[in-house]
Amino acid sequence: MTDTTEKAARPKEAAPAARPARAPRRLRLRRGLTPWLFLAAPLVLLITFTYAPVANMVAYSFTDWDGVSPELSYTGAENYVELFTRPELFEVFFVSGYYLAASVIQIVAALYFATVLSFNVRFRNFFKGILFFPYLINGVAIGFVFLYFFQDGGTLDSVLSLFGVHSDRAWLGTPVSANVSLAGVSVWRYMGLNFVLFLGAIQSIPGELYEAAELDGANRWHQFRYIIAPGIRPVLSLTVILSISGSLSAFEVPFIMTGGATGTETFVIQTVKLAFQFNKTGLASAAAVVLLLIILAVTWVQRRLVPDDKVDLV
Amino acid sequence: MSRSGIARTLTYLSLVVASVVVLLPLLVVQLTSLKSEKEMANDSGALQLPDDLLNFDNYVTAFQDGRMLSAFGNTAFILLFSVTATVIIGSMAAYAIDRYTFRFRKLVVALFLVATLVPGVTTQVATFQIVDSFGMFDSRWAPIVLYMGTDIVSIYIFLQFVRSIPVSLDESARLDGASAFTIYRKIILPLLKPAIATVVIVKGITVYNDFYIPFLYMPSEDLGVISTSLFRFKGPFGAHWETIAAGAILVILPTLLVFLFLQRYIYNGFTRGATK
Repeated sequence: MTDTTEKAARPKEAAPAARPARAPRRLRLRRGLTPWLFLAAPLVLLITFTYAPVANMVAYSFTDWDGVSPELSYTGAENYVELFTRPELFEVFFVSGYYLAASVIQIVAALYFATVLSFNVRFRNFFKGILFFPYLINGVAIGFVFLYFFQDGGTLDSVLSLFGVHSDRAWLGTPVSANVSLAGVSVWRYMGLNFVLFLGAIQSIPGELYEAAELDGANRWHQFRYIIAPGIRPVLSLTVILSISGSLSAFEVPFIMTGGATGTETFVIQTVKLAFQFNKTGLASAAAVVLLLIILAVTWVQRRLVPDDKVDLV
Repeated sequence: MSRSGIARTLTYLSLVVASVVVLLPLLVVQLTSLKSEKEMANDSGALQLPDDLLNFDNYVTAFQDGRMLSAFGNTAFILLFSVTATVIIGSMAAYAIDRYTFRFRKLVVALFLVATLVPGVTTQVATFQIVDSFGMFDSRWAPIVLYMGTDIVSIYIFLQFVRSIPVSLDESARLDGASAFTIYRKIILPLLKPAIATVVIVKGITVYNDFYIPFLYMPSEDLGVISTSLFRFKGPFGAHWETIAAGAILVILPTLLVFLFLQRYIYNGFTRGATK
């Protein structure tokens, strides 16, 4: 993380300028206090609702606490052992595989549409709006729209029968088709966000580059390969992390649509059930710690692989 | 047709197919919401047009029996407080971090940074205990403090903007005797308008659509926000797809209107919000 917190060169203006040399002591004290007055509220909130829970969660994960009773006893790594040895608790990770596969499709589609729509296309803004809009829709509404979509005699079956295909299957009826359907809904929902991020990145590439490339006889594929792809690398790598952590923590769409039935239970659904239905706060905390560690590991690996990430926060 | 002509046709074809994939599920739900119970029972297929295109009965049922009025009210209340607080807290933090050099400044920045790596969904089990211990469980304040406390993205957006405001402005104000707070209030905040617009839009859409936090923290029926109230349609309206469809459209409609009016800002907001 050090590279990101370091002060990056700031061309526009100098760092906070030096204050007038020697102020009287009381004034200096007040100056030293001022930033903390501004930071008090955000820091208190940050610590109370982000760091304290993480610390507590790690502590709970070594206990058998049920979340309610005052008694809790230290059980060592028992929760973690249970998590990795009871196959039904571990199975939820395989469900993430469907969402991971879906994110590959999602990123490829987003890249394609972003490339196409960054060139001159008729009705460009119209298409752009349509592709992005699903991202803004309420998750519960999306869940219902697609429950209806996949129903027997619902939208999908009706469309298929227009083409003479009569499917007599419940789309959400078997684990494989249910998970594929739900992952498809995620693609429908999140593709627009990736698309807009890519589009923004592509548009920040100077236009002369394409002109120069065209003079050199480059076709669209060459332009994509040698100008666009390197130009959007930081955003692309960000999207990859967001997709991986999103796939691991998929919750809304499967919870609303199937409630985790027919083999569609994801890691977060399981954790929520363990904690709030079965009162196994200790075990649920261990599960959450595992998920957090996986996501941190993914992020760390990504930072090692793409170190030139342009992060200039301070 | 020439080769580039074919390529062009294929490009447009792919765009049209994608648009149909996006719009069809929504349009069908819209059509369903206009059908009567009898039409639904006749099982005419999802693509059948409703008999009466101006039959808004289901909307009335969804709005009244689904308690959508109180849901919109609760959502508005939570939106107002959490978005305002996010703007104030985020801009104050950004001002302090950018304009002051103080001890532990790097540590503070690192704390904000590392927090982005912790996905909210993973820590709710423990966060729940903290919110509960403050006595905020099952009140509208639970989501409000959580939305306020977890928003690091907005601090980043504000940081980018504060940095682009010349320090000389602060300095001349200080020479005129302005205090730090006056500088923040009278100089920084007004110049942050574009950033505020971005944060309001991004945060507003996130809060409006969030399901997880209100679902966990506000189980009472009269505390439903639009997501949780719509979710409850599953019970009473179980098989009444025409009512569920109307409810879904009622929830989507405000988003669509906001999107149509603020399109450009929304794109900018999300590009900025996510890449920073």
